Amino acid sequence: MSSVKIAGLSKSYGGRSILHGLDLTVEAGESFTLLGPSGCGKTVLMRLLAGFEAPNAGSIRIGDTVVADGGTNVPPDRRGIGMVFQDYAVWPHMSVRDNVAYPLKIGGVPADERDRATRAVIGQVGMAGLETRMPSQLSGGQQQRVALARALVSKPSLLLLDEPLNNLDANLREEMRFEIRELQQKLGITVVYVTHDQEIALAIADRIGVMDETGRLRQVGTPDDVFDRPADAFIYRFLGVANFVAMHRAGEAWCFPDGVGVWEGAPPEMEGDRLTLGCRPFDIDLARDGAGLPGVVTRASFLGAQMDYLIEAGGVTFRAATDSRRALRDDRRFEEGEPCRLTFRGAQWFDASASEGGRA
Amino acid sequence: MTGSFRFGTPQILFALAVGILVIFVAVPVLLIFFNALWVDGRFNITDTVKVLSEPDTYKALINSLILASGVTVTGTIVGTFFAWLVTRTDLPYKGAMRVLFLVPFMLPSFIGALAWKMLLSPRAGYINRFFMETLGFSEPVFNIYSYHGIILVETMYLFPFVFIQVCGALERMDPTLEESARISGADLFTITRKITIPLVAPSILSGALLIMLYSMAHFGTVAMLGIEAGIYNIPTLIYERIHQSAGSFGAIRTGTVLSTVLVATAALIIWLQNKVLSGGRYQIIAGKSFRPTEIRLRGLRLPLLAFCVAYIGFTIVLPTATIFLVGGLATYGLPITPENMTFDNYHHILFEWDLTRDAIWNSIGLGLAAALITMFAGVVISYVIVKMKVPGKGILEFLGMLPFSVPGSVIALGVILAWSGKYGVNIYNTIWIILVAYIARYMAFALKANSAALEQVHDSLVEAARASGATMWQALRDIVIPLVRPGMVAAFFLIFLPALRELTVSVLLYGPTTRTIGVAIYTLNEDGETVYAAAMAGVALIIIVTAEVVVKRVFKIKQ
Repeated sequence: MSSVKIAGLSKSYGGRSILHGLDLTVEAGESFTLLGPSGCGKTVLMRLLAGFEAPNAGSIRIGDTVVADGGTNVPPDRRGIGMVFQDYAVWPHMSVRDNVAYPLKIGGVPADERDRATRAVIGQVGMAGLETRMPSQLSGGQQQRVALARALVSKPSLLLLDEPLNNLDANLREEMRFEIRELQQKLGITVVYVTHDQEIALAIADRIGVMDETGRLRQVGTPDDVFDRPADAFIYRFLGVANFVAMHRAGEAWCFPDGVGVWEGAPPEMEGDRLTLGCRPFDIDLARDGAGLPGVVTRASFLGAQMDYLIEAGGVTFRAATDSRRALRDDRRFEEGEPCRLTFRGAQWFDASASEGGRA
Repeated sequence: MTGSFRFGTPQILFALAVGILVIFVAVPVLLIFFNALWVDGRFNITDTVKVLSEPDTYKALINSLILASGVTVTGTIVGTFFAWLVTRTDLPYKGAMRVLFLVPFMLPSFIGALAWKMLLSPRAGYINRFFMETLGFSEPVFNIYSYHGIILVETMYLFPFVFIQVCGALERMDPTLEESARISGADLFTITRKITIPLVAPSILSGALLIMLYSMAHFGTVAMLGIEAGIYNIPTLIYERIHQSAGSFGAIRTGTVLSTVLVATAALIIWLQNKVLSGGRYQIIAGKSFRPTEIRLRGLRLPLLAFCVAYIGFTIVLPTATIFLVGGLATYGLPITPENMTFDNYHHILFEWDLTRDAIWNSIGLGLAAALITMFAGVVISYVIVKMKVPGKGILEFLGMLPFSVPGSVIALGVILAWSGKYGVNIYNTIWIILVAYIARYMAFALKANSAALEQVHDSLVEAARASGATMWQALRDIVIPLVRPGMVAAFFLIFLPALRELTVSVLLYGPTTRTIGVAIYTLNEDGETVYAAAMAGVALIIIVTAEVVVKRVFKIKQ
């Protein structure tokens, strides 16, 4: 396993700058996820790591080797990496066994050792018994397992995964993300995983790096860090549905818009007279009466395990979610048009500009 | 770019692609334009106009237009009618009919022209003689040496362009479009008029433009049937001038000016066709195959079947039988009776006569060589165009597809200009100049087949190989080549089969020992050796049809 050190990395295409002076270190044996919206440059970063592109400036070091800086760019075949692609990229003219054995064959590994290693890794990804199948006879999930086995077979120091679960259906995606996590921990391999899906990122990563549309790393931290202690409103919004409310200060109190109520919780630690309150749907408690912001339910949807509401309060539309069983038990299942009271279990404070875009 | 960034594999491939296209395609075509528009190193359009306004050249231009328009109209009507008949009606045996209507595509039209000459030439034609001698007509019933005759024969061989396009469109058309009209209360006639025909109109038009394109540039039929009556079109006039003057400056200049007009017309036609095909209305025709509703022909079923059978008998069986029978005659003009028949002609051309034996081996050798070279060159160029992100690849694509709009006679003329010693290499009168011309002529076929195959090879397949430790060459060898092999095989046969029966290019380039099959048949006929021409045509038909059938069978087994 190898660490990855990226320093001052820049890349532009035809005058359009994608990455600008990016710094990042991935520790050896770590599962690192790059999370960001599409077009943020995370795939470009991945391709720079793999060696399919050369940076305009900056350097990349994998383990002790500088693979890219100013003049040199080690081609992908000499970087000792494994890579899994979004569209599997399983070679359609080779059987499962031939696909998986290819990196060893190219590497000049003797036939008997090659067979042993191939069989072992095919077993590890749960494809034993399907060695002679052609890719066209495999499901999408099975093809992705072949791709994973092929990336792992030569025991690479670094495994790159480029949205490998995107093309799978929801159930399989969930299953595979745990399997990948399990394999990564068992093999102790360094993994860089690129995705725009925050659930996968949270489930699979030791650390997450969140990128924005401009190609900048906004925050690097553990899943807990980025979810509960987001560096800014962009990250907060990107990691899940978020309500943003423009708050203003009146003396010591923080008031909701239109004077419908004041903030009852702990005061923000930030300076300023105008700030933004951010809260997730599950941070909002609904009651029929009592304390809290008075609001009116404008939309109520039953989604099985949970109730999803839109609530209008003081000119702001809140998205709120409650556990449907508990709501039923406590007589807190609201219909459209019913009045309600909102209280907040948790919240994040951001500067005033965060609320300018309105509700997430 | 999937590659290293030093001077490595990608750069070599790119240089190779540019080199091949420039040498084989760009230089000959540019030389044509240069010679047409520049005189003594100076741009001179007045001189060009002067050449065009000479009565002969002017007449050839008009003839090309008249013939192409005539063939386009008749071919489109015939093709659309038969396409509708075999896809949308309950015509008996329509599956077999459909295959039979495609047979003319396989047969070289100049052989057809030769057969029709033997049947309908005003004095010697067997049909005319039958009417005059046996039935006592005072005049021949039909003179094949005429505009009508040429249009008739070309129609027989070119109508499949429309037939194929319209069959495809009628079959792939979503039947719900017609069904919803039906539900809205329209009768079948109204539906055909208001829904079906407008929907297939782009296909009809596109097929019609293809006929136009081929007919404008068509040499064989006009050469066989027109020259006798003084009817020249652009390609035959180019041939006549080059051939008679043995490459004098004036002849070359007329040739290049005519070629420029031909290329411009072809470019216009292709542009129109692209416009038609990219029109939004085409989208309604889905990629899937549906079972369309059939129109009941009722009482017309058998008469229409008889009509189809008669058409096939008249246009395919009759000329083919004529070729073989005349090829077996002891002397041309004798009645076709058993006692006049002999195998001597066939024996002579196959085993004794160097001219014909050379021609057969030349054609086979040229076909194989052109197909192999162009196939491999096509892979390299397609790879650069489809897979590499290099500046200027649009130009490569344009150059590669250029021969589609450059008629064979123009390519031959360009090759003469480029390879006759003026620029250091003289291969005129050798087999190599024909090979060079074939490579240019068929490059577009190879690019089309290989590009289609390469589009299927997603970039990530190559990148996965690179990430697995394969170098660029290893990735090409292990991943790309095996995956595009079907495209390469297709390219090979797309070149080999037409090269076997090629006439237009080789007739301008052949030397004493470098005749091709087409040239041999053509010159034998010119020299009045009609029975040998027919026997040679018979042998050619056997070779061509055998090759076609074998290829089709092999492909079918593979799939």
